[in-house]
Parts: sequence; C-alpha cells; structure tokens
Amino acid sequence: MRDVANLDTRVLVETPEGIDLSAEIVGLTPRALAFTIDFFIRLLILLLLSIPLAMLGNLGWGVYLIVWFALEWWYPVLFEYFMQGQTIGKKQMGIRTVSSKLTTLNFSAAMTRNLLRAADFLPVFYAIGAISIWVSKNKQRLGDLAADTLVVYVDSPRAKDTSAVKFKPITPVFELSSEQRRAFINFALNRGNLSHDRQTELAQVLLSVLPGEAAESPRDYVGGVGAWLLGLREESK
Amino acid sequence: MKQSEFEIIREPFWQQMRDYLWSRDRTQPNDLDKDFPALYRQLAHDLAIAKSRQYSFSLIESLNNLVKAGYQELYGRKLRRQRLMIDFVVYGFPAALRANAIYLWVAFAVFAIPFLVLTVGCYLNPELIYSVMSPAEVRELEAMYDNKPEKTGRIRQSDSDVLMFGYYIMNNIGIAFRCFATGIFFGIGSLFTLFFNGLVIGAVQGHLVAVGYGETFFPFVIGHGSFELTAIVFSGAAGLKLGFALLAPVHRTRSKALAHAARDAIKIIYGVFIMLMIAAFIEAFWSSTKVFPNEVRYIVGSVLWVLVIYYCFYFARDRVAEYGARDAAQ
Repeated sequence: MRDVANLDTRVLVETPEGIDLSAEIVGLTPRALAFTIDFFIRLLILLLLSIPLAMLGNLGWGVYLIVWFALEWWYPVLFEYFMQGQTIGKKQMGIRTVSSKLTTLNFSAAMTRNLLRAADFLPVFYAIGAISIWVSKNKQRLGDLAADTLVVYVDSPRAKDTSAVKFKPITPVFELSSEQRRAFINFALNRGNLSHDRQTELAQVLLSVLPGEAAESPRDYVGGVGAWLLGLREESK
Repeated sequence: MKQSEFEIIREPFWQQMRDYLWSRDRTQPNDLDKDFPALYRQLAHDLAIAKSRQYSFSLIESLNNLVKAGYQELYGRKLRRQRLMIDFVVYGFPAALRANAIYLWVAFAVFAIPFLVLTVGCYLNPELIYSVMSPAEVRELEAMYDNKPEKTGRIRQSDSDVLMFGYYIMNNIGIAFRCFATGIFFGIGSLFTLFFNGLVIGAVQGHLVAVGYGETFFPFVIGHGSFELTAIVFSGAAGLKLGFALLAPVHRTRSKALAHAARDAIKIIYGVFIMLMIAAFIEAFWSSTKVFPNEVRYIVGSVLWVLVIYYCFYFARDRVAEYGARDAAQ
C-alpha cells in the first residue's frame, strides 16, 4: 500500500497526556497574502505619519525613522508574541504561527523567525523563503527552521460542516487506516476549489491505496467512501 | 455507550470548555483558571475515548480542536513567564557571550584584521581609501570632521540630534540584524558584513588621521565605539553560530542543530539590540556635543570601553556561569 501520509499536509504531535494532536500546515500562497496585508498596513501607517511628522522638521524625521525601524523589525515579533502567533494579515487569512510542538510560540521563537526574514528575503522578494517552503517537509522558511516554528490553520471550535458534501455514500470493502480515512474524508470535504480533472487525478492516486479496487469514476468512488466515513448514509440523501 | 449518548452527557462540559478557550475575556481572571489542568485532562480523556471507540469523524475532529486549544493554553502559559527580563540583561547576556567565546574570537578576527590593515594602509597612503569608498563619500566624510575654528560648539543643532538618533537606530541595528540573519548561509553573510565593516571603518580612521582630522574624529567616536563596534562583532558571532550549526550539525539533524544554535544565538542578539540602542543614544546626544573639552570625552569614552568589556567578560563570573549552566540544562 502506498503511504497516504505523504499526500497529506498535516503534522502530528503527541502531547504528554498521550493524545495525538494534528494541525494543517499552511502553504506558500496564504502566507504570501498575509504578508501582503501586513505590508500594506505598515506602508499605510508610514504614509499617514509622514504628513504630520514632516511638519516637525528634523525632529519629526527622527521619530519617523524610529517608527520605520519598529514597523520593519518589531511589528511581526510583537504581534506574533502577544496575539497568539497572529499578525493582522495572518488573522485575516485564518492562520497562525505555533511552535513545532503546536504550542503558542515564546518570545525567542517570535524574534528568531522574524529576524531571519532578512535571510529569507534574499535575493529578491522572499525567493529563498519561498524555495525553503516548497522543499521543506513541513513548509518552513529558514526563519521557521531556526525558530522551530510552523504556520498552521486556525481551528474552528467545531468540526467542519458536512452538509455541503454532495457525494453518494459508498461502503468501503477494505478496512482503512486512520491516515487513509482522513485522506478520503478530506477529499469528500473539498469545497470545489479544484477542477473536475484535478479531482479525478487526485482520486486515482487515493484509489491506488486499495489493491484491486477499480471504479468507473474514481472521483465519485473516493468521494463516496469519504462521505460514508463522515457518517453520511444512503437513506439520508 | 453509544456515540449519541456520550455526546449528550459530555456536551455541557465541552461547551463550557469552548467558552473558556475561545470566548473568555483574557484580561480578566476566570473561575476556571485554577482547575484548568484537571479540566484539560478530562478533555484529553474524552478525545481518547472517542478515538478508541471510532466515533464519527466530526466528533473526533471537534474534540481534537478543543484539546489542541487546551494544550496550547496549558503549555503556552508556562513558556510565557519563564524568566524576568532584568535577570537576562544582568546575567543571561554575558552568559550567552561567554558560552560562545569561540565564535566571538572568529568574528573579532574577521573584523579586526581588515580594520588594522586598512588603518595602517590608509594612514601611510591616504589615497587608499578610494578603494573602499567613492570620492563623494570621502568628501562628505572629510567635511564632517573638518576642524575649522568656526565649527566649534556643536557639530549639529539639537533637533538634528533626534534625526540622527533615528537614523543610527534604523541603519546600525538593521545592519546588525542582517549580519546575524545572513549567517544562516553557512556563515557567509556574517563574515562578509564583518570583513566589509572592518575595511571601511579602518580606512576611515587611517585616512582621517593621515589628513590631520584625528583630533575631531577620536573624541567623536570613542564614546559610542565601545557599544557599537563590539555589538557588530557580537551579531556576526551569533550569525556564525547559525552557519556553523548547518555546516557541522554533529549528532543532530541539520534542522535540529540549527534550531538549537538559534536558541543561544538569539540571546546574544537581544544584548546586541540593547547595546546598539545605547550606542545610538550616545552617538546622537553625547558624541556630537563639543561643549566638553576633548580630555573629558576621552576619559568618558575610555571608561565606557572598560565597562563594556568588563560587563561582557569579567563581571560576576560565578553567578553568570551558574546562570548559563541553569539555562543550558533547560
């Protein structure tokens, strides 16, 4: 059987209570968007401040440079430390920074990962950081690796809504491992942000987990098993 | 027990936990604060039951999210109040420096050797400065330290002191932070920054002495140099530590070695930040005044050098060593 764990973007952590916790790791795009939001917020503050401070002459420009310094280096550090790993941009995107043990990050971690932006930024536009996110196992940029942090999706208090699942439930003929169950369920829960062809492609990969299982439409079959695992049954449709 | 039965019995407790973890007012003490560790264990127990009995995905998922939030609440708390800042400034920073002496020596050499070579070189041949600075920069530099009699009093007006304070913070601390961060590329960024700054500062010093401006240059730089030059060397040393962890991770994986080195290196950077704030303050508000005779400025500057070196490497050796050992054990 193929290892479905590699298909998934989750990280598992065992707590001292012997419980396995999992969190979904965030990819490049939401992180870049969060950064863009933060970038424009900071730019706006600097633009708005430049007007009154320019009227104060050299004194004003001195204060302006200090604010600039604070926004450039301390904005993400202080937000992530005081706001449970979230800058304004990260909050908007529903993501947060946590330690690799999934705990709230401490001050040193916030400081390390954000100072190392200077390295991730090189040579232009976070190119090294982006490459690092693509190639590292847990989508970490250099700052995350040094600070031992992850960027994960924020959980909602309740489980995902299953009412939008449109697949007809199918009872699986094999027993599936919990990792495999999760992969099937996530496929069923997908809210249609993938094209039909891409869904079929993914379904074929998932289907290859089950030896000898063939289906007319891999997409409907995998989605159907996922729906069944979610607790949906034929008669409820 | 059926899943529905289990849910009915436990739901009020889960709701209480949801309220506590997601929507309580964190600025106020809460009745549940004291009992939280016990409540969290109950929550973990519920999740374990749900998992072992293979209850539905959505129940396990929502309990998992609850436990995760509880876990962060419980273990995040402890991490937050680990140590007082004063304690760190007094003992932690010198402890971090002394534990990393080897990186400090390497960083010092990479800075000091080009510094000394170009000081002597530019003193013997003032034209040599054009190999590291443009003619316009040299003209600006000479204008700044020109000691014509009409320029006594203050170098600048006091409102431009604030401007320069802002500039020194933004520029110098930015350089130090970048010097540290780019050390992650196997130390190359830190080495380059140290070497290049050594070259330029050495060239400036040698050139200004050679053209006869030493008498304005030294009283100006001696005050803040003790904090600024040492801090740049320290930031380079912290960067080298990151780079070396990647080059030679020894018994760890590279990412683990990097994270381990960074925990120590960042302590040096806290100190570097404080030192450069002090340096910027001295440079903007003290070094630029000419109201005191040069003798006073030399004495103050020398005392600061002695104090900085003493604090970093000799102050309270036993207690600092004790602090460092306690820190390393954690």
